[in-house]
Amino acid sequence: MVDIRDDLKLIAEMVEPNSRVLDVGCGDGALLDYLSHTKNVDGRGIELSMDGVRQCVAHGLSVIQGDAETDLKDYPAEAFDYVILGQTLQAMKQPRDVLEMLCRIGRRAIVSVPNFGYWRVRMQLMLTGRMPVTEKLGYQWWETPNIHFCTLRDFVVLTEEMGITIEQTRIIDRAGRVTSHAHSGFANLLGEQGVFLLRRNG
Amino acid sequence: MSAALDSSAPNAPAHDPNEQVMPGKRVRLAVDRPMRLDSGVEIGGFQIAYQTYGTLNADKSNAIFICHALTGDHFVMERHPVTGKPGWWEMLVGPGKPVDTDRYFVICSNVLGGCLGSTGPKDVDPATGQPYGLSFPVVTIGDMVRAQKLLVEHLGIEKLFCVIGGSMGGMQVLQWAVAYPESVFAAVPIATAARHSAQNIAFHEVGRQAIMADPEWRGGNYLLEGTRPEAGLAVARMAAHITYLSETALHRKFGRNLQDRKAITYGFDADFQVESYLRYQGAAFVERFDANSYLYITRAMDYFDLAADAGGTLANAFRPGGKTTPVRFCLASFSSDWLFPTSESRAIVHALNAVAANVSFVEIETDKGHDAFLLDEPEFHQVIHGFLEGCAEHRGLSVRRRAR
Repeated sequence: MVDIRDDLKLIAEMVEPNSRVLDVGCGDGALLDYLSHTKNVDGRGIELSMDGVRQCVAHGLSVIQGDAETDLKDYPAEAFDYVILGQTLQAMKQPRDVLEMLCRIGRRAIVSVPNFGYWRVRMQLMLTGRMPVTEKLGYQWWETPNIHFCTLRDFVVLTEEMGITIEQTRIIDRAGRVTSHAHSGFANLLGEQGVFLLRRNG
Repeated sequence: MSAALDSSAPNAPAHDPNEQVMPGKRVRLAVDRPMRLDSGVEIGGFQIAYQTYGTLNADKSNAIFICHALTGDHFVMERHPVTGKPGWWEMLVGPGKPVDTDRYFVICSNVLGGCLGSTGPKDVDPATGQPYGLSFPVVTIGDMVRAQKLLVEHLGIEKLFCVIGGSMGGMQVLQWAVAYPESVFAAVPIATAARHSAQNIAFHEVGRQAIMADPEWRGGNYLLEGTRPEAGLAVARMAAHITYLSETALHRKFGRNLQDRKAITYGFDADFQVESYLRYQGAAFVERFDANSYLYITRAMDYFDLAADAGGTLANAFRPGGKTTPVRFCLASFSSDWLFPTSESRAIVHALNAVAANVSFVEIETDKGHDAFLLDEPEFHQVIHGFLEGCAEHRGLSVRRRAR
C-alpha cells in the first residue's frame, strides 16, 4: 500500500469513495494516486511545477500544468465532488478568491492550513523577536513563498464571513496526531495545522 | 464493410511507376456510397494507403491510430521507400517503445489529398483519364479524418484505444475526438492548435506562392505537361523548415559557420552552413513530395478552426449532446515551439476544463522547436508512456509482458 503524509491521510479520510476529486497543487500526485487506489476516485490535478506535472502524468494521473489563481475559473460550478487544497492557501496572492472558487467548482472543498497561532510559533516570535522558522515552515522571511499566513481562528472567521460551513475539522499536532475534532477551545494554540471540510451555505 | 474494396496487392495507377514498388496496404473506400466533403463535393472509391504494426486483440480494443503531420506519411516505423531513412516516429513507436507495438495494434494512413499512395491531386481522375491537378476537390482536416474513420471501420474496429499525432496530426486527433467521441477512448494531440493562426496561414501562403510562381508549375498541370516545379516546392520547404526549428537550435547547429570555405565569397553561393542545410532540405523534399499535394494539405490546415465549427466557443466542441466528452485527453507542447506555441495547447486545456473533461497537459522544456515531437525527448516519451499505461488500466487492457 502506498504511504502518504499524515495530513494527506486526514484529507483522504474526508473523501467518499467513487467521487470526483480535483487536487489543486497536487505536487508529485501522491494523494491522487492514494485516492484512486484506495477509494476508486476519478481524480484530476493541477500543479504549478512542470516537474511535478511530468511525474504525475508519467504515472498515469490526469494532471495539467496550471496556476490555481488563474486556471480554476475555467471550471464549471460543482464540476467535482471535492476540490482539495493542501497547505497552499497561504501561498496564494488572493486566498479569499481562491477559497471562493474552490467552493464553487466543488460540492465540497477540503483545505488544510498551517496555524500561525500555534504555540511554538507564538513563542519564537515572542522570545526571539524574529519571524518564526519551524520544521514545517522552514523558510526565512525573505525567501518564503508563504505570503498570507493566518491562524486557525483567522481562517474560521473568514469562512463565516464568506458563508461557508465547516462540516468537519481535524486539528493536528507536530507529530501529525489529531488533537481535536473542533476548531474551538485550545485548537488555535495547540494545533500545528488544521484540515477542514467545507461547503458553501445554501 | 461493403463500401470498401481491399487491395493489399499493389493496385497501381499507370502513370506512377513508384506505386508498383511502394510497400504497405491499400484500400478503396466509399465505393458504394460516396463520401461528402466539407466543401459539398462528393468523392467515392478513393484509395487510402496505410500501414499497420502489431496485432489486433480479440475484442479489438487495443488499436492506436497515428495521424501524420503535413509532409508525413504512413511509414511510421520502417525504412522509407523513397528516402531510405528510418520511419518518422521510430523514437516513439515500436516494440517496447511508449507506443508499444508488442502491446498495441498501430494504424497509420496517408491522408486524403496526400501523395504517397492515398488519392490526391497527382492521381488520375477517372472522369477525364488525366491527373486531377487543381481539379481535385479541396479537402479539410475533417475530410481527412472522415476517410480515416472509414478505414478504421473497414478494419472492423468500433472504438480506437487512442488517437495520437503531432502538428497537423494533432489537429486530426482533435477532430477525431470532436467528430467521433464515442469511437475514441483517449486522444493525444501534440504540439498543435484548435485553429491555425494568422501567422501560420501566412507562412503557408508564402510556400504556396513559391510553388505557383515556379513556371514549371504550369497552373497545376505539370504532370500532364511533363514538368516539375522543383524550385518552387524546394523554396516552400525551406521557408517551412525554418518554422520547425528554434532560433537557439539553428544557432547551436550552424551559428555563422561557413560552408566548405575559409572566407565569405562576396557572392550568392551558399556561403553559410545554414544556407547549405536549407538547400539540402529543399532538394531532398522534392524527391518525395508532390507540389499540388503541398498546396492542398497546407490549405486543409489553414481552414482548421474547431471553435468556429462549434458556434464560436471551443468548449462546445467538447460537449457533444450537452454532455462532457468521454474522451481522455493528454496534451503536450514544447517550450521553444513558436509555430504551435504552448499558449495554443493551453487554450485547448482551458476549453476542456470548462466542460470538466479528463485532461492532462505537459509543456516539455526543450530548445528544439516544433520538430521536438519527432526527436529524442525522454521526458516527452515518459509522459506518453505513463498516459497510455494509465489509460490501458482504465480500458482494462492487460499488461502483456514481452517474452524475453
